[in-house]
Amino acid sequence: MKEDITWIEVGRVADIPPAGARVVKTKHGDVAVFRTADDDVFAVRDRCPHAGGPLSQGIVHGARVTCPLHNWVIDLASGEATGPDEGCAGTFPVQVEDGLIRLGLRLGQLAAAS
Amino acid sequence: MMARTRERLVVVGNGMAGIRTVEELLKRDPDRYDITVFGAEPHVNYNRIMLSPVLAGEKTFDQIVLNDRSWYERNGITLLTGEKVETIDREARTVTSVGGRTVGYDRLLLATGSDPFIIPVPGHGLPGVVTFRDMFDVEAMLRKAADGGRHAVVIGGGLLGLEAANGLAVNGMKVTVIHLMGTIMERQLDEAAGFLLQRELEDRGIDVMTNADTKAVLGDGHVTGVLLKDGREIPADLVVMAVGIRPSTGLAKAAGLAVERGVVVDDHMATSDPAILAVGECVQHRGATYGLVAPLWEMARVCADQLAGRRDSAYAGSVTSTKLKVTGIDVFSAGDFGGGKDCEDIVFRDAARGVYKRIVLKGDRIAGAVLYGDTKDGAWYFQMLREAENVAPLRETLIFGQGFGGQGFGGQGFGGAAANPKAAVAALSDGAEICGCNGVCKGAITRAIADKGLTTLDDVRSHTKASASCGSCTGLVEQLLELTLGDGYQAAAAAKPLCKCTHHPHDDVRRLIVAGELKSIPAVMQALEWKTANGCHVCRPALNYYLLAAWPGEYRDDYQSRFVNERVHANIQKDGTYSVVPRMWGGLTSAKELRAIADVVDKFAIPTVKVTGGQRIDLFGVKKEDLPAVWRDLNDAGMVSGHAYAKGLRTVKTCVGSEWCRFGTQDSTGMGVKLERMTWGTWTPHKVKLAVSGCPRNCAEATIKDFGVVAVDSGWELYVAGNGGMKVRECDFLTKVETEEQVLEYCGAFLQLYREEARYLDRTAPWVERVGLDYVKRRVVEDGEGRRALFARFQFSQMFSQTDPWEERASRGIDSHEFAPLATVG
Repeated sequence: MKEDITWIEVGRVADIPPAGARVVKTKHGDVAVFRTADDDVFAVRDRCPHAGGPLSQGIVHGARVTCPLHNWVIDLASGEATGPDEGCAGTFPVQVEDGLIRLGLRLGQLAAAS
Repeated sequence: MMARTRERLVVVGNGMAGIRTVEELLKRDPDRYDITVFGAEPHVNYNRIMLSPVLAGEKTFDQIVLNDRSWYERNGITLLTGEKVETIDREARTVTSVGGRTVGYDRLLLATGSDPFIIPVPGHGLPGVVTFRDMFDVEAMLRKAADGGRHAVVIGGGLLGLEAANGLAVNGMKVTVIHLMGTIMERQLDEAAGFLLQRELEDRGIDVMTNADTKAVLGDGHVTGVLLKDGREIPADLVVMAVGIRPSTGLAKAAGLAVERGVVVDDHMATSDPAILAVGECVQHRGATYGLVAPLWEMARVCADQLAGRRDSAYAGSVTSTKLKVTGIDVFSAGDFGGGKDCEDIVFRDAARGVYKRIVLKGDRIAGAVLYGDTKDGAWYFQMLREAENVAPLRETLIFGQGFGGQGFGGQGFGGAAANPKAAVAALSDGAEICGCNGVCKGAITRAIADKGLTTLDDVRSHTKASASCGSCTGLVEQLLELTLGDGYQAAAAAKPLCKCTHHPHDDVRRLIVAGELKSIPAVMQALEWKTANGCHVCRPALNYYLLAAWPGEYRDDYQSRFVNERVHANIQKDGTYSVVPRMWGGLTSAKELRAIADVVDKFAIPTVKVTGGQRIDLFGVKKEDLPAVWRDLNDAGMVSGHAYAKGLRTVKTCVGSEWCRFGTQDSTGMGVKLERMTWGTWTPHKVKLAVSGCPRNCAEATIKDFGVVAVDSGWELYVAGNGGMKVRECDFLTKVETEEQVLEYCGAFLQLYREEARYLDRTAPWVERVGLDYVKRRVVEDGEGRRALFARFQFSQMFSQTDPWEERASRGIDSHEFAPLATVG
């Protein structure tokens, strides 16, 4: 069954440093909102599939982030680990209009994941 | 023959999309309609995308006119310029202009284009604020420049904004571009190309400010300046708003047509009223709106088919490409280069020619392309992108462009023989340039190999200079050696590249940063021809360190290239919390400090407190958002960051020394405090630990430290390059000195040599083992003048690094975004 997505304004692109991330706190866990050097915006659950590291704290390169705990590299578009590692952090849809970021939250997804 | 009753077609909009549709229609069925065109501007139809060359004085208005009045007359079209249509009566099938003229239609074509977006900041309506959309705007800008307007501010560093900026600069104005994002033209260019473009514009005297958010336009009666949110103020006699466009939909909306972001059309360009079609920038098709010219042509063809009664054609949306129309700057971009799953980058940089190319592949297809400096293959890539061509067979030479493929495979270009780089090199003509830096062609290299009996890469470098500068042609030169010598060529074991983003090893990168006076990460990546668009977690921190070490006081730290610990000045733990270690100089503390630490532990419910091996106290389990408050309380008690997280000076371990110890020969604690005061805050390739023992019993374990000092009766013994860790290494004895001042000088000189010459993430031990202790002794002990120079450079760089990072963040709000969530939901 398709779940309804709730779109929530979480801030402006300019609030996130280029090649950086900020956290959106929810009742069911943190969401990392990334801004790449190319100014693309992605939202990924802030838990590395490997050992739960906070991906929002990693170094962002291209459309990828390196987890600060053990250097797993996560693809921001899919949430999947790259290279030989396997696992997915889970992503959230994002809309950007006039510099404003809206995050599409399926609270059920967060609850199931946490 | 019966005279056909002609249908009436009314076109609202005398711009490029509307008139192109009429032209296409005339080709298909010239006699079908009586055509009336309404234009809000007083001008005939002109090429709007050529307004930039008009502003820059490269073209006149007459040269950009597409259809003059005689064209309308010849084709029997009634042209009503300066008449804006105000209402549509869909029931009566009439339109009425502002002037009150009513015209009936059978088919109506909306081509109202778009309106410039005005950011609604205070002062946006002041005289002197213009947009860049039509001939009026261009005339206003030219008038201001001619009237002695000195300063212009362009808000918006996109395509239009930059073209406006260039045009105004050509007209003698001092131009500042203000851009909200971190990279100019970020929708068309990636960071690397944006950097090159920004540098080129700056070389032309245009100031570019990125990450700059406009707060207000200033002025009383006329524009005088622009105020940014960060408090900066820029003087301006003219402000150009070029932040974007919005489909002009007011007329359609008032007539009750389906309108979202634009006028909604189906694949046949019909609006929700089948009698009304729409084309161009005012429409929204399959959710997309367009602001570029190519989609207009595609829409115009489909729309003309519909008007001519051919129902079978359909518009399927457009993939767009962009070129910047600034003379002398070649920029091309197409498709999507944001990357993502399954996307791979092929990056090519030719530092000598100032070329950057990036092709984004998704599977075997091109998803996007960014070209800077050499755009001649733009159309070729764009064609393969649009046609979703499988590029797997030419992947290895794809980035070199169509000419290269053609050269290697008898002019077949792509789709020919599998692209083997060696075959491609073999097929190059003798005149083909191999080394762009030194202008060495293939023939010169193969002749030198044959005539002089060269067998190694180094031989070729010293005889021909090929591959001797930036080194990016090394692979090609090696292939030539292989081709010329056959099995006789044994490739030398090359030094390992810094990471997969580059072929340069660490030492080359360090050397070339200094030699080439490269002073930013994008500059290094371009000059050294990085293979990725913006590096990875391995090279970025290394480059950041090398730049910091090479240009103290000048290089601005790239915060996003630091590992999280160095960004937030605390140590990340396995559960995502942080640990905090205040500095205890030489291991000394006091009741006041201990009391403050105890209070912080209580106040922030810090779960674990541990004494470290470096003689200080570690507070574990601090929540990230609490860090600034924890630091503020510690700062209040006089404590600063212990840099326990840094690739930098960590601790100076001491024993109590002669002040209390019955065996102590010197004041080791005092010496330790002096060393720590001198060295704290320094950034080094890896962590650095010091120790001072007061007698040869060595209670401070000084002989397994990066720099260890052991007091003896007659002075101080100095030891270097030891460490604990997985492989314990005992120090090497460096020398013995007599005074405390000498200890400080030798320590500073040794650390500076390490800072300047070691590879990032090498501790002192592997570095000294690689270069040899004799080398270090020669530089630090035997060469007195050299030692003093090293020490002076160390002290100079310390002038910029001895600021307490905790105090900056706790009290001065630096990086405050790091410690607060973007938002809290639910």
